Amino acid sequence: MILNEEALTQRVVSNDIGISVKKEGRNRRSVRHIRAEGVFKKLIFFVAFGMVVMILGILVTLVVQSSLSIKSTGLSFLWGKVWDPVRDIFGVYPFLVGTILTSFLALVISIPFSFAVALFLGEYYPKGWVPTLLKDTVELIAAVPSVIYGFWGLAVMVPIVRKFEAAIGVQTTGVGIFASSLILAIMIIPYSASLGRSMVQMVPGNLKEAAYSLGATRWEVIKSVVLPYTKSGLFAGVMLSLGRALGETMAVTMVIGNTAKLPESIFAPGNTMASVIANEFTEADHPVYLSALIELGLVLFLVTVVINMIGKRLVKGFSK
Amino acid sequence: MLGGVAMLVSGSVMMTSCGGGNGTASGADSTADNTITGAGATFPNPLYSKMFSEYNKTTQLKVNYQSIGSGGGIQQLTQKLVDFGASDAPLNGKQDSAMMPMAAVHIPATAGAVVVTYNLPECKDTIKMTPEILANIFLGNIKKWNDPKIAAVNKTAKLPATDITVVHRSDGSGTSNIFTTYLSKVNTDWDSKVGKGSSVNWPVGLGGKGNEGVAGQVKQTPGSIGYVELAYAIQNGMSFCQLQNKAGNFITPSIASVTAAANIEIPADGKVSLTNTEAADGYPISGLSWILIYKEQKYNDRSLAKVTKMLKLVQWMIHDGQQYSAPLNYAPLSPKAVSVGDALLKTITYDGKPVLQ
Repeated sequence: MILNEEALTQRVVSNDIGISVKKEGRNRRSVRHIRAEGVFKKLIFFVAFGMVVMILGILVTLVVQSSLSIKSTGLSFLWGKVWDPVRDIFGVYPFLVGTILTSFLALVISIPFSFAVALFLGEYYPKGWVPTLLKDTVELIAAVPSVIYGFWGLAVMVPIVRKFEAAIGVQTTGVGIFASSLILAIMIIPYSASLGRSMVQMVPGNLKEAAYSLGATRWEVIKSVVLPYTKSGLFAGVMLSLGRALGETMAVTMVIGNTAKLPESIFAPGNTMASVIANEFTEADHPVYLSALIELGLVLFLVTVVINMIGKRLVKGFSK
Repeated sequence: MLGGVAMLVSGSVMMTSCGGGNGTASGADSTADNTITGAGATFPNPLYSKMFSEYNKTTQLKVNYQSIGSGGGIQQLTQKLVDFGASDAPLNGKQDSAMMPMAAVHIPATAGAVVVTYNLPECKDTIKMTPEILANIFLGNIKKWNDPKIAAVNKTAKLPATDITVVHRSDGSGTSNIFTTYLSKVNTDWDSKVGKGSSVNWPVGLGGKGNEGVAGQVKQTPGSIGYVELAYAIQNGMSFCQLQNKAGNFITPSIASVTAAANIEIPADGKVSLTNTEAADGYPISGLSWILIYKEQKYNDRSLAKVTKMLKLVQWMIHDGQQYSAPLNYAPLSPKAVSVGDALLKTITYDGKPVLQ
């Protein structure tokens, strides 16, 4: 993911410089060259179109495989509060709430950190070994496998959270919505930080210089030039993080407490859709149960699509 | 240098012999016949892996076992993608009908147990549990460790006034299945409210993923109680409860007491739940783990040679293979279970004729 963004930025930068075109070959265009051009065009079209087919294929598969559960449970699947595989009662409401609660809470926790990193690296110290170290470290956060976050969370973070919970006098299980939001927040920082940094760096120098020449301080430049110029990019980064948080499975499963009850507070244990699927899929031993888990996957898919679409709208609104 | 030459020579000999083998029609079949695939339960995987690698040393038979969970194993067998399945729970009615018209034979291959583990730093004595207390803790009716019901059977133990935190498995598992099957048998309330299965709607408590997840939660949380596999608890030196069995004795879970639990009359089809065993010295939350094989083996162009090899393998597993159980903390099969398994293996047919005599 990070690598892709890097490539994206680099391409944009090299576009600014201007793509060098080999001039010596111009006179020797042959039919073969032109035909190869056509083949290449078709090839990239099919490969790119293949992505659309694949996504639609996934959607169709999910719908078809979950038809058994859709028939038996109907729409109450969405707001049913009981998940009881023994009696074939399936309601995903607690998991839906758990997923959205952990993701948004993680987003709220992570935003100050990722924006700080983006501004620090993009505006204050874009060059030098300290910023490079910081940048690489932040990107490394995204490279660490999530199961490692899970282990670390369970062994190190949860006991600290438990002490914190005891200190403020709430439920002291340690694991729960709050603990998983913390883990998620750490995991999603690099996504918005990296994209944010590239955006901040792309603010045209003459705009900033104009502001400085009018006597603006650095903070004023950030506030009235950099942030307005980059807000759609920063928001796109936040959306990317949110997508990551919604689908994260392993680390969340290990620290969320995995109860099929509606969480009473952010310190209560809960469950997310992704972790229910991961937990129960291997031993789903009768057809309706398996189908209900696939329908859960379908709901997660749709939630992600809807949130992404809203995000796109907002990004568009910002850039106007 | 000489060794290198020797290796080269033997290598080329092997190549020629392989080339020769492939030339004939039977050559390709014999390599396919020498690989058996299976899929299913994760619980017996360490034992099965050991058994298959030992068996491979003497017979060169290659067994490819995927420990993807009992549910997955049953599904792969239903779709006839594997030669045998493995499950911690006998097939239920729904699954049996899904497999029709092919009936599957359940051969007991090993036994395991689920122990109740707890974290009470102040309490040095081993906690004793009755089925009634255990069910009520997991139902959320007993909330404190110094509850009079617990104190009544633990007269000498110093029980603290801490809250009980229940920890259960979050992932669907054979361990949960055995545990909930036991609770359903001993407590009608549990049976009607929760029931049995590899995943259930737990009335109280936190979920941990895998044995290590439950163990981790229990170790971290004072006053917690959870359940893990016997082998896992022994290997990690965890403290576990003595549990009162049907005969009224308090039994410490161990390899011996699990084997004892399986030493009861086993029905001819091998499908028996050992939970709440009648055996006087048997640990009550024990269970068999089965190998599932279709009764009629002539399907998907399978050769008789392959079927014979597979059945011989299973036969070896329930006899000589059992020596590897105890070192890995699995309970060896009881003599009664072995004889039922032997009889079942002889009922398996190829094109209507029994394979093993």
